[in-house]
Amino acid sequence: MTTQQPTAAPAETIELERAVVRHWKAPISYAVLTVVALVLMVLLARDGDARLRLASGSDFFQIPDALLPARATGVVIVVLLALLTAYAAWAAATVRRVGVWLPIAFGVLFVLGFLTWAGAGAMIPIAGLLFATVGLSVPLIFGAMGGVISERAGVVNIAIEAQLLGGAFTGAVVGSATGSTIVGLLAAMVAAVLVSMVLAVFAIRYFVEQVIVGVVLNVLIAGLTNFLYSSLLTDNPALNSPERLPKLPIPVLESIPLLGPALFKQSIIVYAMYIIVPLIAWGLFKTTWGLRLRAIGEHPLAADTVGIRVTRLRFWNVSLAGAVAGLGGAYFTLDSNGAFTREMTAGLGYIALAAVIFGQWHPIKATAAALLFGFASALQQTLGAIGSPVPSEFMLMLPYVVTILAVAGFIGQSRAPAASGKPYIKQ
Amino acid sequence: MNDQPRDTDDPIEPTEQQRVGGSPDAGQQPAVVHAPETTEVAAPATTVATDDRTVEQEDPWGSAFRRIMGGNLVMAVLAILTSLVVGGILIAATDERVQATSGYFFARPSDMLSAAWEAVAGAYSALFQGSILNLARADAGFAQLIKPLTDTLNFATPLIAAGLGVAIAFRVGLFNIGGRGQMLWAAAAAGWVGFSFQLPPVLHVLVAIAVGIVAGAIWGGIAGLLKAYTGAHEVIVTIMLNFVALWFITWMLRTPGLLQNPGSNNPISPAMVETAVLPPIFGPPFSLHWGFVLSVAAVAFCSWLINRSSLGFQFRAVGYNPSAALNAGMDVKRITMLAMVFAGGFMGLAGAQQVTGTVTTGFTSGIDAGIGFDAITVALLGGSTPWGTFFAGLLFGAFKAGGFRMQAAEGVPIDIILVVQSFIVLFIAAPPLVRAMFGLPQPGTKSRRRRRDEAALRAMTKGEQA
Repeated sequence: MTTQQPTAAPAETIELERAVVRHWKAPISYAVLTVVALVLMVLLARDGDARLRLASGSDFFQIPDALLPARATGVVIVVLLALLTAYAAWAAATVRRVGVWLPIAFGVLFVLGFLTWAGAGAMIPIAGLLFATVGLSVPLIFGAMGGVISERAGVVNIAIEAQLLGGAFTGAVVGSATGSTIVGLLAAMVAAVLVSMVLAVFAIRYFVEQVIVGVVLNVLIAGLTNFLYSSLLTDNPALNSPERLPKLPIPVLESIPLLGPALFKQSIIVYAMYIIVPLIAWGLFKTTWGLRLRAIGEHPLAADTVGIRVTRLRFWNVSLAGAVAGLGGAYFTLDSNGAFTREMTAGLGYIALAAVIFGQWHPIKATAAALLFGFASALQQTLGAIGSPVPSEFMLMLPYVVTILAVAGFIGQSRAPAASGKPYIKQ
Repeated sequence: MNDQPRDTDDPIEPTEQQRVGGSPDAGQQPAVVHAPETTEVAAPATTVATDDRTVEQEDPWGSAFRRIMGGNLVMAVLAILTSLVVGGILIAATDERVQATSGYFFARPSDMLSAAWEAVAGAYSALFQGSILNLARADAGFAQLIKPLTDTLNFATPLIAAGLGVAIAFRVGLFNIGGRGQMLWAAAAAGWVGFSFQLPPVLHVLVAIAVGIVAGAIWGGIAGLLKAYTGAHEVIVTIMLNFVALWFITWMLRTPGLLQNPGSNNPISPAMVETAVLPPIFGPPFSLHWGFVLSVAAVAFCSWLINRSSLGFQFRAVGYNPSAALNAGMDVKRITMLAMVFAGGFMGLAGAQQVTGTVTTGFTSGIDAGIGFDAITVALLGGSTPWGTFFAGLLFGAFKAGGFRMQAAEGVPIDIILVVQSFIVLFIAAPPLVRAMFGLPQPGTKSRRRRRDEAALRAMTKGEQA
C-alpha cells in the first residue's frame, strides 16, 4: 500500500516521496473473530467429542470419522487463530502484503472450531453439509452472476428476486405443460429476460430511478405469481408438476471422497454453473465484450466517445443478466423442489444481491460469497437437526450482517462500478 | 433532447430525465450524499428544460390544455386507470368461464366477451362495494352502507404513516426500503409495552406507541448513521437490516421469556392489555380506531416539518444538492442521519398502529403485512409530499379493503391488488410511457400546429434562398 509521487524537483535529483498507508481493518477483524472464538470455544467450552463424518457411500476409499474432543480442539484452534492474527498485525505494521492463504486458513480454522464446538457430543455429516451447501448456493450464484453483469453494465439490479421468482414460476408451468424439462428451462430464462427487459426499458429509456424499478418489479412479480398460483395452479395441479431434471453423476469424479457427491452428482443446471461462472469471469476481464461492459458501467461518456453504443449495450447486457438469473430460478422448480409454491424464493434474491456486494462485483469472488452464504444456511439446517447451541435465526442473519459490515467498510472494500445506478443521457 | 441525430438502431432511445423518487420539485440527479463523484452524466439533467413558456405567449389555450393533460394529476389518474385495465385483463384471463368459452371464441365470440365482462365487472364492483359504499346492504341502514368506507380508512391508517416514512427520506435524497425492519422493531417494542405493563387507559396506549416510534427511529437511525459516516449505501443497508430484524424478532417471538406468549409453543406474542388497544372512534359496527387520527396528525406534522421548519428546510436543501447544502454550512451528515431517524419514526408509528390497532390478539413476525413495501408505492404515487401520501394511502387502503371482499365474494385472489399497485407505480414512474400510450403531448415537444407552422416557415425561407 505504498504510493509514489514524484516531486516537482529537476530531473537529475528526483526524490520520491513515500506515503505509507497501513491498513488495520483486516487485523482488527481477525482479532474480533479470535475473541469470539475464545469466548465460545474456551470460556463457554462444551464437553464431549464432535464426530465429523467425512465419508459417504460411493467413495473410492472410506475416510474414517474424525473424532475431535471439543475442549482440546477449541484451545488449539484459538491459539492458531491468535497466531494468524498476530501475523496479520505484524504484516500490517511492517506494510507487507499477505497472501490470500491467510483469510482462507483463518476461515477454515474458524469454521472447524465452530463445528467442533457446536457438534460436541453429536455427529456432523460433513459430506452432507457440503452437498447441501452446493444445493443452496446454486440459485444464489446464478442470481449473483445476473447481478454482477447488470451492475457492471451500470444498471442496479435489485430485481434479482423477481428474476428468480419469474423463472421458477415459468419453468414449473411450461415444464409441466410441455412435459419437457429443457423447454421449461429455456422458458424460465425467457421469463427472467422479460423481467430484465422491463427493468432495462424503465431504467435506460425512461431514466426511472433503478432501485425503484427493481423494488417494484419484485413486488409485481411476487403479486403476479401469487395471483396466477392461486387462480390457476391450485385448480390445475397438472400445470405445477414438472418432471425434475435427472441427477447425472459424472462416473469417476463422483467417487472423490468428501467433494465428489457434492460437486459431481448434480443435475445439468449445476454443471452449467461450473461453465458459466468461469466463462463470465473470463469474458468480463479478457474479451472485448467485457471491456465494453465494464466501460459503460464505469464511465459511459468515455465509452460513448470511442463509439460504444451505451444504451444498446446496457439493454442487451441487462437482458443477458436476466437469462443467467433465470437459470437460478429454474433450479427451484425443475431441480430442488419439483413444484412452484408461493414466494418460494423467500428473499434469496436479496442474498444474491448481498453476494454481489460482498464479492466486490467480481464473478469469482461473488461466487465465493454465495457459497459462503449457502454454507451458512446449510450449517443452520444441519445444526438445527442435531440441536444447535446457537439459535438458527442468528445463523440465518449471518449473510445480512456480513454484508452490512462489508458495505460499511469493516470487511474488505466495497466499491460499486462508478456509473452503476446512474442513467446515461446522451447529449 | 437536442437536435443531434441518435443511433437509429438503438433498441431504446433516451427521452428526458425522469426523477420519481426525489423531491417532487427537484429536477435533480439522484442525490448521492457522500459521494460527490459527479460524473459527466449528471450534468445534462438540467438541460432538458421545457419550452412551455415561449409556447404560452403564442398559443395560450393550447398550452394550458397541454399543461393540464401533461400534469401530475392526469398522469396519476391515467396510471391508475391503465393499471386497473391490466388487472381486469388478468382477472378475465384467469376466469374459468372465460377459459371455457374461449375454446369456441371464433364460433360465438359473444359468449367469451360476456363472460369476461361479467368476471371483470363482478370483481371491480366487489372492489368498490368493499371499499367505498356497500350498496348491497343499503337497506340495512346508513351505517352498513358506509361501513366499507371506514374499513378503507382503517387499512389506510398504517399505509399513510409508513408512506410518510418513505416520503420524508425521498425528500432528503434517501431511499428507505427498510420499512419492514423498522415496523417489526416498532411492533415488537410497542407490543412489549402493550402486553407486559399495567398503565392507565389512555396513557398506556400512548406510551406503547411512543416506544414503538422510538424503536423504529433507532432502527432507521442505524441505516442513517452508516450512510452518513461510512458512506454505506442506504438501499443495501436497509434491505439487509430488514432481514436482520425479521430473524431477530422471529427468535424473540419463539424464545420463552422474551416475546413469546407463555404457555404457547407458537412464535406469537401475548395479547395486548385492554388499556393498550387503540379505542374505536365510532364504536360497533365500525372498526375504525383512533390510529387514523394519529396518522392524520402525522401527516400534518410531516407537512409542517418539511415545509415550515428549519430542519425541514435543511432536509430539502440536502435533497436538492448536498454539496450546496454543505457549502451553506449545513451538517449534511447529521441531516442524513436525522432524516433516517424521522423516516424510521414514521415507520415506527405504522408498526405500533399494527399491534395496538389492527392485530391486538398477539402478533407474529408477519405483523408488518408487507406495509413496508406498500409504503414505497404510496410515497411514489403521492409524489413524496405529505398530503399526496395521505391521499395515495387512502387509495391503496381502499384497494386493500376492497381486495378482501373481492377475494371472498368473487374468488379473485387478493394478490391482484399487489399487481395493480405495482403497475400504478411503474406507470407513475414513467410519464413518457403513459403519454405515449394515450397520445398525449410530451412536455418539451412542440404542438402539432406549431410544428406545422415552423415547417411552413422553413419551407418558405428555403424557397427564398433558392
